[in-house]
Parts: sequence; C-alpha cells; structure tokens
Amino acid sequence: MICDICGKNPATVHLTEIIDDQMNELHLCEECAHKKSAQMEQQFGLSDLLAGLAGFEKQKDEKEGIALKCPNCGMTFKDFKKIGRLGCGECYAAFRSFLGPLLKRIHGSNLHCGKAPGSRIAKLTRRKIEPGETRAAPGQDTVAELRIRLQKAVEAEAYEEAARLRDRIKELERTAHQEGKKE
Amino acid sequence: MRLNDLLTHTSEWLKGTGPHSDIVISSRLRLARNIDKQPFPHWSSKKQSKSTLEACREAAGKSDLIRKMTIFVLEDLDTVDKQFLVERHLMSYEHAQKTNSKAVIVDEDEVVSVMINEEDHIRAQVMQSGFNLPEAWNVINKVDDALAKELNYAFSPEWGYLTACPTNAGTGMRGSVMLHLPALVMTRQINQVLAAIAKLSFTTRGLYGEGTQATGNFFQISNQVSLGQSETDIIQNINNLIRQIIEQESQCRETLMNSNRGMLEDKISRSFGILKSAHIITSQETTELLSLVRLGCDLGIIKDINRRHVNELFLLIQPAHLQKIENKKLTSQERDIKRAELIRSKLSK
Ligand SMILES: [Zn+2]
Ligand SMILES: [Zn+2]
Repeated sequence: MICDICGKNPATVHLTEIIDDQMNELHLCEECAHKKSAQMEQQFGLSDLLAGLAGFEKQKDEKEGIALKCPNCGMTFKDFKKIGRLGCGECYAAFRSFLGPLLKRIHGSNLHCGKAPGSRIAKLTRRKIEPGETRAAPGQDTVAELRIRLQKAVEAEAYEEAARLRDRIKELERTAHQEGKKE
Repeated sequence: MRLNDLLTHTSEWLKGTGPHSDIVISSRLRLARNIDKQPFPHWSSKKQSKSTLEACREAAGKSDLIRKMTIFVLEDLDTVDKQFLVERHLMSYEHAQKTNSKAVIVDEDEVVSVMINEEDHIRAQVMQSGFNLPEAWNVINKVDDALAKELNYAFSPEWGYLTACPTNAGTGMRGSVMLHLPALVMTRQINQVLAAIAKLSFTTRGLYGEGTQATGNFFQISNQVSLGQSETDIIQNINNLIRQIIEQESQCRETLMNSNRGMLEDKISRSFGILKSAHIITSQETTELLSLVRLGCDLGIIKDINRRHVNELFLLIQPAHLQKIENKKLTSQERDIKRAELIRSKLSK
C-alpha cells in the first residue's frame, strides 16, 4: 500500500480521522504521518477526543468510569470510549462527570447559550440577522440578557465563561454611557 | 419533483450570485438534531431506525414549509442516484454508504436539505450562493422551528442539543464557507493562511469533502466550536475570518494582475484551450483547469463564458452526473471521453 499523501513511500501508519462530519481512513508513510499528526493536533478529531478521555481517566477512578451505563439505551462508558459516539441523549446525563470536562476541552466552554427548542423557550437568540452583517447589532446582546447568562454561568461554575460575560457587560455599559453623553 | 428533474436545473448555490461571489462559492449551515430518548442512528436497531424515519417523515408532513419538499428514501435509490445527490452537496458521502432507513428531504431550489438517520437523527442543511451565512440562518432557523414543533428534541439547558458526537453538542451548528483561492495558492501564501485558520479552531477541507486535499483551489472553512457560543456569535466569528481571507485573496489577485499579468493570461488561456480541445480528460484535471478559467472570468481575462456556466460545469463533469446525463453506467475510461465531449460542447457555445 502506498502513502495517500505523497503517493511515493509505502504506507506504514493507518489512521482514522474525522473532519467536520466525514470519517476518513488514511494510509500514510512515516514522514507524512508525522506532518499529519502535527496538523491534527490543531483539530478536534477522534484521536484528540479519546486522548482527552484518557487524560480524565487518570484523574478519575478508572473503574468508576468503566462501570457507568446509560439506563435508557444500555451504552456503557466503555462502549463510548471504543466508538467515540454516544448512544442516546440520555447518555450525556449518565456519563456526566466525564462529559462535562470533555465538552469543555473540545469547545472551550461547557455551557450552552444558543437556541432552545420552542417549548423549552430561551428566545434570546431568535433574531433576524441582516445579510452582510458582521457585528452584533445594537440591542442584540442586551445587558439584561447577558446578566441572565452570567448567572447561569456562575451557577454552572463555568467561571471562564462568566468572566467573558462580565467583561462584555462592562463593555456594553461603558459604550451605552458614552453614547448617552454624545446625545 | 423527481430526482431526474434536478439534472436540468442549476442549484441555487451554484448560481454565482450573492455577496463576494467572485471568491466565495457558497455558504452553508447545518444543524444536528436528535429525538429525545431515541437511540442515535449508529446505536439503533433496524426497527428503531425505521421509527425515527417515520417520526421525521410525519413531522415533515405536518409543516407547511417542509411538506412541499421531496423526500428520497435511500433504499429506493441506486448507487449512481445516491452519488448524484452527494455530488450536488445535498447529502454527505457517509449518508450514501449504508442504507438503514436513511432518507433525505430536498427542496426544489436545492437550498434546503434534511438528512434523516445520518450520524444524528436529523441533519438539516441550508446552502446559499456567495457569502451569505445570515440568510442561511434565517432559512434554517425556520426549518428547525417547523420540525421542533412536531418532534421532541434531545436537549439540555446546560449542554444544548445533544448529538451523537460530543464535538457537535450545544448549538449543533456547523457553518461552512466554500472559497476559491487560486491567487493565494499561486503565490504560495496559502499555507500561512491555513495555519492561521487552524490555530483559531476552524477546519479546512477540499471541495468534495473526502480527504483533506484541496483540488481546484477550493477550500471549505468551517467552525469547530458549537457549544458556548450562540448561533449568531458563531456566524459572526466565521464572517470575520472569511472577510479577512477574501481581503487577502483580492489583494493577491490585484498584485498578480499588476506584476504578472502576462504569465496569468498565459496560464488561464492555456487552461481554457485544453478544456476546449481535449478528447479525454479526468475530473481532477478538469477541476484544476476550470479553476483557472473561473479566475479568468473573475478577472475579465476570459469574456466569452460567464461564472455561472463555469460553476455548472464543475457539477456536471462529476461521475454520477455524467452517468445521469448519458442515462447509463459508464466506466472510468468512458467517463473521461464523455466528460471531454460535454466540456467541448458547453465551451464552444
Ligand atoms: Zn508519504
Ligand atoms: Zn444512552
């Protein structure tokens, strides 16, 4: 088998990578695999995900994680580690102690602040964006909305998110103050 | 609408219109959604997958917006038809692989498509021509609301929409912008740009998704983070990044035109010449040459063909499209001949 990248050397390294929603098998030579792994470190692929999990396991009791099982779909934590996919929405609650830190590692935050399904309202983000708009329009993130998010963040002990929101509130209050002066 | 109707029809996103359509081909948003308590597709039994499909189909039938679209159940389609939908970017390559109660709902303009039983129960997608994520959001938000009215989604106030892979949790949203960056590639500045993008936790991939190689100077840039930012924040972050890349590509094009116009005209005209005269041509070579022809249209070096026709050719020269046009199975060698024929006829008009 020949390397997928350079097409010259024999492939000795076999990788599965996930980019966006595509799973790819890669067969690479030593040299290209080396370059590729440097590149992959900057992406959140499956390998990163599982490396992340391995890290948490050291901190947590390994047996505790392995014994976890989702009561709704029967997926065990071991299954999840092997497959890299959860079994159902309830798995998130079942593996909560591991997923919280994992989500934070993947996304830099583990607190949702986007849309919610209609019945469970949080209409904060439902706003029409004008074509070509790049910056938040006035009135999008109102201080009141941000304060709600801040409170949620503090409750969830998401302190980095909370700090970001606090700065944003300060900034908004300052500009509001300045605009008030101008008028 | 029948599948074959799509053949005579230019997808909305290929029209070559919309903001910055010289550099930005298309803007795409997709939302991942799952039904509460139902096992995700990879973890579902055949029976469960079937019930997911039925639930989604029923929900679609109740919505005024989605009812008028067409649903294709993949079990009813042959390999070429499935590949045809992939080539039109109406569904993913993965979705075409195994058939376990999979389906895709497509609207007539090919702006909206909804994959059922892909990695998540629902993957809704909206494609717009040019640089226009905000409009894509307006459309996909309505599609999502319509489905949410009928389906109970797996959702947690803390972690948002719950998805099969934790990398999609939160908003479940991925925004992708397809860029044509020939000048950055020619001047070898592209690697710097790509390295900078990767540092910002965005990903880049090629035109047709498979592998990471970018053929024809096409790059698709997507956000990685889907949790902790609102949909509007995510769109704004992508927009800010894309704006910078557009600016860099424009500057590079200008520099090339000022300092290397002769070389550029030569390269572009030769590419046009090969396409107009070849009798056997692979899709890879075609894509590379068409990329330069497209640049020629953007720069006013080629005047006898417009961008929309070039865009159309990118679509038509692909394997399943050629086979649909000929209405029979073709080997790879046969396709290379038919492809050359098609290109000659389209470019000589
Ligand atoms: Zn190699
Ligand atoms: Zn589960």
